[in-house]
Amino acid sequence: MEQRIMMGNEAIGRGLVEAGCSLVASYPGTPASEILESTVDFAKECSASMHIEWSINEKVAYEVALGNCYTGKRSAVAMKQVGLNVASDPFMRSAYLGVIGGLVVIVADDPGPFSSQTEQDSRSFAQFARIPVFDPSDPAEAKEMVGRAFELSEEYEIPVMLRPTTRVCHARRNVSCLPPQEISRKAAFKKNPGRWVATPQFLTNLHRELNSKIDKLSGLEAFYPSVVAGDGTFNKCCIISSGVAYAYTYEILEDLGLLGKVDFYKVDLPYPLNRNFIQKINTDYENILVIEETYPVIEAQLAGRSVRGRISKDVRDYGELTPDIIENILRKFLNLAITAAQETKQVKEVRPSLCPGCPHRAAFYAIRKTFPKGIFPSDIGCYTLGMNFGAVDTCHCMGACISQGAGFYHAYAADGPDYPTVVVTIGDSTFFHAGIPALVNAVFTKARFILVILDNSTTAMTGNQPTPQVGFMADGTPGNTVYIPELVKASGVRFMKECDPYDLEAFKKLLVEADRFCRSDEGGVAVIIAKHLCIMDKQAKKQQSTYRMNVTDECTGCKVCLERFECPSLVFDETTEKVMIDINTCIGCGVCKFVCPMDAITAEKPEVAK
Amino acid sequence: MKQQIIISGLGGQGVLFVTRILAQAGMEMGLDVLTSETHGMAMRGGTVLAHVKVGGFKSPLIRKGSADMGLYLVRSNIPIHGDFVKKDGYRVVNTDQSGEYFFVDATNQAREMGSLLLTNLILLGYAVANKTLFCNAEAMRKAIAKVSNDKNRELNLAGFERGLELKNS
Repeated sequence: MEQRIMMGNEAIGRGLVEAGCSLVASYPGTPASEILESTVDFAKECSASMHIEWSINEKVAYEVALGNCYTGKRSAVAMKQVGLNVASDPFMRSAYLGVIGGLVVIVADDPGPFSSQTEQDSRSFAQFARIPVFDPSDPAEAKEMVGRAFELSEEYEIPVMLRPTTRVCHARRNVSCLPPQEISRKAAFKKNPGRWVATPQFLTNLHRELNSKIDKLSGLEAFYPSVVAGDGTFNKCCIISSGVAYAYTYEILEDLGLLGKVDFYKVDLPYPLNRNFIQKINTDYENILVIEETYPVIEAQLAGRSVRGRISKDVRDYGELTPDIIENILRKFLNLAITAAQETKQVKEVRPSLCPGCPHRAAFYAIRKTFPKGIFPSDIGCYTLGMNFGAVDTCHCMGACISQGAGFYHAYAADGPDYPTVVVTIGDSTFFHAGIPALVNAVFTKARFILVILDNSTTAMTGNQPTPQVGFMADGTPGNTVYIPELVKASGVRFMKECDPYDLEAFKKLLVEADRFCRSDEGGVAVIIAKHLCIMDKQAKKQQSTYRMNVTDECTGCKVCLERFECPSLVFDETTEKVMIDINTCIGCGVCKFVCPMDAITAEKPEVAK
Repeated sequence: MKQQIIISGLGGQGVLFVTRILAQAGMEMGLDVLTSETHGMAMRGGTVLAHVKVGGFKSPLIRKGSADMGLYLVRSNIPIHGDFVKKDGYRVVNTDQSGEYFFVDATNQAREMGSLLLTNLILLGYAVANKTLFCNAEAMRKAIAKVSNDKNRELNLAGFERGLELKNS
């Protein structure tokens, strides 16, 4: 069997292709983004005919997959954990109505979190929805569980969740590759209004059916947790784990020479937890330790007397469970010497910042410079990093900034006409995702603020996936392009202008003009589209001029450029107490020239442009 | 053969690329490999740490004090990620400052070669030359050739060779 090194997300993508899945929809979000991208690659490689799309948001992705599976075809949807919040509406109801062709819901959790606004546990969400959930412990298992999830989904006509975590999604390991299953099903939607329309009168019955599916599932032998049995050294004592925490625990027990000394269970399906297993644990053991991420899902289902875990605080009830943390939990539970607690050194790590030459930086600088007393709601993407230099005051969830901006306006305007200027910033992909209804609402309800759409023609933070305006779909073929200016106009906005933020002076003028519009008698929401390609886009550097930047002796070391512009290529030289240009990282965008109050930064156009 | 390796650097330095090369090299030698890396927000120039475990491991992360070797693409990360490497483990550092570690000014070498993107490959070559890694130069060459795209393959291999030549005498 062919072995390949695959990232967890690639293995999941491979699993979808091998399982004969016919449609995969997703919205990018760390740590889930690569699932769809690798599905595209593997589908091409295997000549599998699939519809694969970057949907506009997770709710839409979910519903596209749902429609597809109603016709009997295998379907999947992939997202990050907070994406499920967006898709929660169709998700909850799909448990009641069930599915025909298998539907696998891949939700990648981010304990830590590394790149998310919460560290919620999607297994809890699955339990809330009464949807079974797999918890893979490594990339190879994640791939295998895709196939198991489809089988379970089709047999019980219920959506099934696969919940990997960051450490599974972004781990790489050698994985076996199989040829794709030959599943040739023609779309065959059987009309059944009592199920697919399901008005309230049908719901109690559907609820009963759902409960009976879950009851059946919880009795299945196939999901009785496997065990590495102990030799009696630790009597009436057991450890239960799932996901990547299982892998850590396994390795640590092995290192401590305790594998095979204590009963150690691995749970593949945390919900519904096998009921015979629950009974056995509660009768056979007196000391039970549960190690799982990130909420007490297995632990709460055991509900026994002597379960130690997150509820009992034996396991830290927040943050990622690293192997270092698990080692100490195990040592305490098994009464071993605790290794001298390693001092966690508080070392200042280098914080992330916008790339040198990023057009967002120029836009943020202009906004803050023009409205020193403004309020700046923003949103989720690279541009959240505008907080580093005071140009982002709030960040909540996808699309929230526009409505929060309206809320700020209403609060201040109620106190008098001298309200602060509210400048909302949102990325182009985020605008498509959740900004449009918010904009319509703000316009209709007479809010007055400036909305700057930071249009860099990509979904930059997650690896430059295309947006509907870029015009290319997930597989690289052209779609029917949808333009942001047309959406803005259709939302009822009466002030809309476009400007390249690299042109700081023009951009600042436009901001002043927009503010004047907002405050005028007929004012409302003013929209500025800050248009400049993401400099990670290869086209960007070809399209823009490159300058050779220099700092002259006029530099007084005032650090205005460092604090207000925060370009990684501007470095403070402690010996000269002046700023210097890091030529290794500077892309020569030339914008910082306009930031220096002493005119000490110069931009020179090289004679031979490369 | 079992080895646990950490790779520490800043976003944009090619930490993930080195991780992929090491994983591929492990596969070339018929070993099980597991790696872990950081994506998303953390990549925008922030501190980046990757773990590589070669030969029969189950989990992707390395505990503090248990890595057999650490590759540091920037010296200033030693205070942050230095404690992952065990007492008798190797540290290989990209720096011009001497210390209790193997070191080479890979950035300067890369600049001489005309592309700072080669810094990571030079450091990798240097680490192989000093026998701090689980694999030999030949397995690494194969891995680099496989993981590189067509455009950069020759240059990447040249960077690696340059690192090999810089072996401590």
